[in-house]
Amino acid sequence: MTKFNRKKKMKMMKLTYLLTFAMVVTLAATGCRNHRPVNVTKLHGTPTGGNPTGDEPGPTLPYSGSGNQPIAVAPLDIFEGMVKDPSALAAYTVHFAYDSSVVRRTEKSNVQAVADALSRDSSTKLLIEGNCDERGTEEYNRALGERRAQALRRELAKLGVDPMRIRTISYGKDKPANPGHDEAAWAENRRGDFILLHPKTGA
Amino acid sequence: MKRHCLRLLNSCLAVFLFAAAPAPGQNEITINPTITVLGSTKPIPVSLEGFSGEVADVLKFDLYVQGFSFVAPDAAQYQISGSAAGNVQGRVVDRVAKATLLTRSYTGAALRREAHAFADDIVQAITHKAGIAQTKIAFKVQTPSGNGEIYVADFDGHNAQAVTHDDTIVAAPAWVPGRLALYYTSYQPGNPDIYFHNLSTGQRRIIAGYSGLNTSATVSPDGSRVAMILSKAGSPDVWVSNAEGGSLRQLTRTAEDESSPCWSPDGQWICFATRMAERRMLAKISPSGGAVQRIPTPGSPNPTEPDWSPDGKWIAFTSQAGGFDICVMPADGSAPPTVLVGGEDPSWSPNSRTLIFARRIGGRYVLSVLDVFTKQVKDVARISGNDSQPAWAK
Repeated sequence: MTKFNRKKKMKMMKLTYLLTFAMVVTLAATGCRNHRPVNVTKLHGTPTGGNPTGDEPGPTLPYSGSGNQPIAVAPLDIFEGMVKDPSALAAYTVHFAYDSSVVRRTEKSNVQAVADALSRDSSTKLLIEGNCDERGTEEYNRALGERRAQALRRELAKLGVDPMRIRTISYGKDKPANPGHDEAAWAENRRGDFILLHPKTGA
Repeated sequence: MKRHCLRLLNSCLAVFLFAAAPAPGQNEITINPTITVLGSTKPIPVSLEGFSGEVADVLKFDLYVQGFSFVAPDAAQYQISGSAAGNVQGRVVDRVAKATLLTRSYTGAALRREAHAFADDIVQAITHKAGIAQTKIAFKVQTPSGNGEIYVADFDGHNAQAVTHDDTIVAAPAWVPGRLALYYTSYQPGNPDIYFHNLSTGQRRIIAGYSGLNTSATVSPDGSRVAMILSKAGSPDVWVSNAEGGSLRQLTRTAEDESSPCWSPDGQWICFATRMAERRMLAKISPSGGAVQRIPTPGSPNPTEPDWSPDGKWIAFTSQAGGFDICVMPADGSAPPTVLVGGEDPSWSPNSRTLIFARRIGGRYVLSVLDVFTKQVKDVARISGNDSQPAWAK
């Protein structure tokens, strides 16, 4: 890719015009508005139009309303100093389908068990940890894990648990329960873990 | 001429570069159009003589990932020669034009650094564009425990240094344009919070530590604003704040999860991954709010991790159809995406020609650099563990 030799430039004018014409035709035909030719920047009135930043408004899609409206989060400071009890509710881990944050009917008995445990001791609170399998990009999974944790929080709220007793955290795919790379491992890793929180004087 | 026009018409993704060289015979001129097409451009043949060891390795790496191939001197379009005795000295001859484009010697730094400087001068002399050989990257290094640190390194992975020492989960480093400063996510406080870390002073502070998810900070081109993903309103949404985390404003209000925002280089748009009607897609929104506009990626399903090129022309992203693929499309949607190579989380070089991305080999992630036009790709030097989420300093 040699650049134009300035001395030869005059001699190339004729060909440049031809090329310019060809390019204008090409640009118009292909709609490649952004790809301005590098060596023909002195053209006047390039009839390609358009906004060089490509900022034309596209179709605006309304988001479909889902029945699961977000519930305001609980402030972090009310959980400060609470002691984690990872084993108390370990039996009730909820698993999810691939790329889904829907709490399946088969998992609802686990959610009920967690609600029952929380109702037995009003001094306790809950941390829900959302996790994903490795079949998603990192930050996508971090968001998906959060949605899973929040879906569980909503289910608990439906069962009468005060959502302000519940905080969520997403580990994305950073904390797999099973380090394998097969469907069995993935199914184990798409999960929400429940960590019971005791007041600092208790535990 | 006709044939060339047809080729041009057939390649919507073409960037037009017209090269002129004196023709044999009389004073006539022939025009040799060199068409630069995403993923299928021929590399520029160069020869490399007189260098050995580390300097030769650096030059080969730097030039290969910027679209050059290595051939014998009599087959080269450009002959690169020199020596590394004591310091790097080099020369570039245009064999076609029979002209010396560059003669220079380099002193005052390690040989490796001098070689990178020569590589940048070679790229400038031949392509008239700034090279990438002296640029920096930041990335995440994860140990098998899941914990890790944020690192910075030369773009080729050498001279890597940890900038965090927390032994916790970290994520999503992002550079402040033109400054030695990063934003990143750390779980150090027991929650994924966003830190601002000044690498010159070593000082850092949390700029977003709300209940729920605080992640994926990305800095506006002028450095004054930060877009990020927060779930403080109950679902992962795109928010924007000033550089300190103040003047916080919620941009998207969906029950879906948004992720991986990036800025258009003119600062007019924030592009991100979302989901509408059960399909994952890319979309954009003005940083001052308004409607969410879909960015179609025909033929490339499940797009995430968009990155807008600094020249405004391209959007790179990860598509997931079985495995993960690095795709690039014109930012104006004038052509469908081109699938380039397998990998995740692309980040553009400052000159909008090369991408760094993560790819998995044998169960672990390594970083690779890719010349998007020739599709020439090389892995960078590794840190132990998984290296991912690269961010190219701009």
